[in-house]
Amino acid sequence: MGILEVKDVGKRFGGLQALSDVTLSVQENTVHAIIGPNGAGKSTLLNCLVGKLIPDTGSVMFDGQSVLGRKPFEINQMGISRVFQTPEIFGDLTVMENMMIPLFAKRDGIFRLHAMRSVGSEGDLITRAEEMLADVNMLDKRNMHSASMSRGDKRRLEMAMCLVQEPRLLLLDEPTAGMARADTNNTIDLLKEIKAKRPITMCIIEHDMHVVFSLADRITVLAQGTPLVEDVPEKIKGHPKVQEAYLGEHA
Amino acid sequence: MLKLGKKDFTLFLVVAVLAIFAPFILNPFPTDSAMAQFNAGYPDLMQRFVIFGILAIGFNILFGLTGYLSFGHAAFLGVGSYSAVWMFKLLSMNVIPAIVLSMIVSGLFAVVIGYVSLRRSGIYFSILTLAFAQMSYNLAYSVLTPITNGETGLQITLDDPRILGITATADGGIPVTNLFGLEMRSFETWNVGPWAFQFSVGYYVAAIIMLVSFYVAIRIFRSPFGMMLRAIKSNQNRLYYTGLNARPYTLAAFVISGMYAGLAGGLLACMDPLAGAERMQWTASGEVVLMTILGGAGTLIGPVLGAGFIKYFENIFSKINDQVVHGWVSFLPDGLEDVVVAIIHPFVGKGWHLTLGLLFMLIVIFLPGGLVEGGKRISALVSSRRNHNAGDAEAQAARQQPPAE
Repeated sequence: MGILEVKDVGKRFGGLQALSDVTLSVQENTVHAIIGPNGAGKSTLLNCLVGKLIPDTGSVMFDGQSVLGRKPFEINQMGISRVFQTPEIFGDLTVMENMMIPLFAKRDGIFRLHAMRSVGSEGDLITRAEEMLADVNMLDKRNMHSASMSRGDKRRLEMAMCLVQEPRLLLLDEPTAGMARADTNNTIDLLKEIKAKRPITMCIIEHDMHVVFSLADRITVLAQGTPLVEDVPEKIKGHPKVQEAYLGEHA
Repeated sequence: MLKLGKKDFTLFLVVAVLAIFAPFILNPFPTDSAMAQFNAGYPDLMQRFVIFGILAIGFNILFGLTGYLSFGHAAFLGVGSYSAVWMFKLLSMNVIPAIVLSMIVSGLFAVVIGYVSLRRSGIYFSILTLAFAQMSYNLAYSVLTPITNGETGLQITLDDPRILGITATADGGIPVTNLFGLEMRSFETWNVGPWAFQFSVGYYVAAIIMLVSFYVAIRIFRSPFGMMLRAIKSNQNRLYYTGLNARPYTLAAFVISGMYAGLAGGLLACMDPLAGAERMQWTASGEVVLMTILGGAGTLIGPVLGAGFIKYFENIFSKINDQVVHGWVSFLPDGLEDVVVAIIHPFVGKGWHLTLGLLFMLIVIFLPGGLVEGGKRISALVSSRRNHNAGDAEAQAARQQPPAE
């Protein structure tokens, strides 16, 4: 049994069958990549996992519990954090404040009225936020206004915000989309570092083959809303069906 | 100090000193001088400064932190006033139960209005709150007359039960609002040379409550709750995927802010025990929006400054009539004098709204951060000039120094 079990998931938008019979299983402490050409249904699948969309058919089980019908914040509280395609951070807040919010969410749940307590007195959480920032080499930027940072730094911060919650599953939606090659490599290095430092389960939705093959333990290839194959990276590279559906498109 | 950071404590201290010495600070001109009409240090107006300060501080907790622009805060002000007057009618003329009830009732009102209005954000939220406030206003005028006394407004009378107090004073008059016997309307006048300073009980009661409100607001701004509210303003999407539900946070902010407004309404009734529906009208809601934006939304001191600024204009600037202007320019030749007065006329006296409107436009366009941003820019200018001068002096000193070799 994997930590995330997707079974027979189907989703229809009007006349378009975006997903049909998607079944996959993400094992604990592995990096699972979902790849596929544009329009393969990768993002729709991810949105079904985080509560933004509800599939028409099938089931999504996380750690033995169904996520279907739950709100995004409830799913996060179950232990799934998400990184967006374009970094979503609290732009009006400083880097440190950005880090404190997920920590409060983790400790206090979806709502807690701490109106008469000072943020400065939360010593434990501050220490943990600083440790996490040190891990992603951002401690020197702790008092920076986060909106004024570079895109790469915003991406780093967003990942740190997700990781500081110690999620049981980290979902990444095209983490290198629109990045230059150098930035892409930085992101790959960052993810490798994170993986090396602590056991973590990641599910990456990605377009860029380079990223996928340098990170993933297992790969699911999605085409036209259905999984074509699921295997280890070495086998995927040479798979004829994949060549045809995905790589063949570029040739 | 007081669980506040150093900067916040200094700010609190400054506001406290200003509030305590307001009767002096607002009365800079001798009573008989021509400038005496610019004095604002009389109890009635000072009470307004601090009470509307409370209203704006509370409004800022909602608008400044979450960005949700409520256009119906006057409803809570009105509800607070009605509750307080009912307390004076039924219980006693002591202000404490009146203030407590006005906060409770306006809080309950805010729960209902907030629960419905916060289903939407942005302009839709503003319209929903405006609709609720106008509904309250019209109901107070018509259907709810038994509670609100309609057009006449709710007043205390000689027939009121006042079960814990007295129905009428010994000489048959209506009793006055008090704090355990200390009458709100009583004041001491202190004559120093040509100056006359007035110290009113009502003002100091209101000022102390304003300071407590201000202190609570600072604590909220620096709390995890305050940070969540700023996060809501910044990126709700991120918040949802970080495991937090924005709705209860915004509702809590809305209720706290509504209770501040109720407190202000209750205090208005404590100073002058009558409540009318016009206190709930949309112009009153708009006024608190103006105060907050004018002073600086999202800053601690801004709303208080904005409230003072607008109330000063409303009460002082509006009293400059043509005669006064004639007095100022009487040194000019007759024909010219009339021309100048005719030019100034639309801006002063009854035309004070025009001046306020123009000022508001200038501030919004050139100082989007309000008066607080203006203050910051001036202090930055001064300090950079000082550094510049210091730099010049150093450069001069360096030039006078003979070369080392």
